[in-house]
Amino acid sequence: MKHVRALNRKARRAERGIDDHDDVMAMQEQQPLPLSCTTVFDPGWEIDALGGMGLLCQPMERDLYACYNECWWPAQLPDQMVNYPDWSEKCASAVKDWRHLDLVFP
Amino acid sequence: MGEHRSMRYRLHECRRFRVAGREVLFLVPSHSIFALDELAAEIVHLLEEREALSISDILRHLNGHRSSAEPMGAIRELVSLGILQPAAQPINPRPQPAPPATFPLRTLVLNVTNTCNLSCGYCYEYGEDQLSHSPPRAMPWEVAKRAVDFLLEHSGESDRVSLTFFGGEPLLNFKLIRRTVSYAEQRAAERGKRIDFSLTTNATLLTRRVIDFLAEHRIGVTVSIDGPRELNDRLRVFPSGRGSYDVIAPKIADLLRRHKTRPIGARVTLTSAVREVERIFDYLIDLGFQDVGFAPVTTAVGRDYALSEEALAEVLRQFETLTERFVEAALRGSYLGFSNLSDLLWELHHGFSKSYPCGAGLGLLGVSPTGDLALCHRFIESPQHRLGTVETGVDERRRAAFLKAAHLSRKTDCHTCWVRGLCSGGCHHEAYVRYGDTFHPNLHYCDWIRAWTEIGIRAYVRIMEGNPAFFDRLEGRKSP
Repeated sequence: MKHVRALNRKARRAERGIDDHDDVMAMQEQQPLPLSCTTVFDPGWEIDALGGMGLLCQPMERDLYACYNECWWPAQLPDQMVNYPDWSEKCASAVKDWRHLDLVFP
Repeated sequence: MGEHRSMRYRLHECRRFRVAGREVLFLVPSHSIFALDELAAEIVHLLEEREALSISDILRHLNGHRSSAEPMGAIRELVSLGILQPAAQPINPRPQPAPPATFPLRTLVLNVTNTCNLSCGYCYEYGEDQLSHSPPRAMPWEVAKRAVDFLLEHSGESDRVSLTFFGGEPLLNFKLIRRTVSYAEQRAAERGKRIDFSLTTNATLLTRRVIDFLAEHRIGVTVSIDGPRELNDRLRVFPSGRGSYDVIAPKIADLLRRHKTRPIGARVTLTSAVREVERIFDYLIDLGFQDVGFAPVTTAVGRDYALSEEALAEVLRQFETLTERFVEAALRGSYLGFSNLSDLLWELHHGFSKSYPCGAGLGLLGVSPTGDLALCHRFIESPQHRLGTVETGVDERRRAAFLKAAHLSRKTDCHTCWVRGLCSGGCHHEAYVRYGDTFHPNLHYCDWIRAWTEIGIRAYVRIMEGNPAFFDRLEGRKSP
């Protein structure tokens, strides 16, 4: 922990609980940011009821991260966990900054 | 798998403090205490003002971070510690645990006599707010013996049990105490358990013989005393009206000189007449007490010795002054015997979170002179709070009904309070005397308890940051 420091025992226990499971956390449900391909559904390359994209529950640009965020799975996208941790560095908001998600050349 | 920056988070139920230039967070559901760095604090601030924010919103609001890696790291830490939680998650997803079905008995409080040689106006047993009008009685040996067996039989796996002698004035029945201690020591040894003894006394009957016995058997002693003569004698008087101070002063001096095997504590009852906390504290520590604890008198509304709102505020101010002195001493590595604070710090250090205010009816029971079991010593001989007898055992049906009704989840007034896991609604006896309802939260103390808890958290953080080793010592004091 770099930004939050445990002071009392209960807090240390919470911290330890996380550290203890560091190596397997990536595939666990307690993972802070929800992940895995099956528990979270992306909007997908789909259209809304009016044939457009304005009413989709998530912006379509969100899909550009599919298989990147917290992922190590070899896919057509760079993986964040092993090879390209900074790929989305310049893309704070997918809708506005998606152009910064660039190609990579392994 | 998708990008989650649109996922919305909210701040979990928590309380933020600024202590010595640091941001500190008390997480209400778990009682964990965290120090935040500037970035984490900034994120918490952001979410304090809003119901929920998406990660991209958080990142957008954070200025001066050219890369999102640092803020993302901080967000991840906050989320993984449960400080931030997904806005879609129910606010309190975990159901309150049900009251335990069986619970090992840890402490039995023996009311070895229901009579007293003093006549203190505020006494909850003999004063205006007494719960029962039983005839004077001393506990016979058969009851005490049965009570010891009962304690050991019901202590389950725990290898330590405690027996407390209470009254009335327990030393009026010293003969029984002596016999009970020797029997209990022998029975506990046979069962391979450790037994601790304690006693609360008004000190009037302490003789050298009694003191040497207490020291020899490591019996912890708490003396009820309200300070120097003019304060003590306002309410702590003999039936004739004569003050008790001159009788007890030399006996207390003797006790403190001769009894060194356990810390000796003083217990002060605060009333409208006795509320000079700091002065009383210094006086009693100078006498040689290791610990001094204060409790506001338990009364029905309208008694003239009750503490007014202003008096309670004054008590809080003095508690704060003593806290400051406690912290300074702790940072130097020494211990100031202000037990209200050391108890609170100990709970904060562990992060205990309770569904019941005390062990009454759980690990602790009171025994009347005739052998009736009560919720605790304060409810002894109250027919409504009877939970069986040492002969026939605990009336489990009544105990279950009590535990169900007394559970914090039933106290709706407490549900949004951030100190609910420490206070748990407060003393059942206080509630009964004040509201006529054992399960009523002690609403007259809410603001006071919250303010006091905040003082405690601030003290905790300062000591933890300045001299964390202090808590190892405190641990030793709290569990000898």
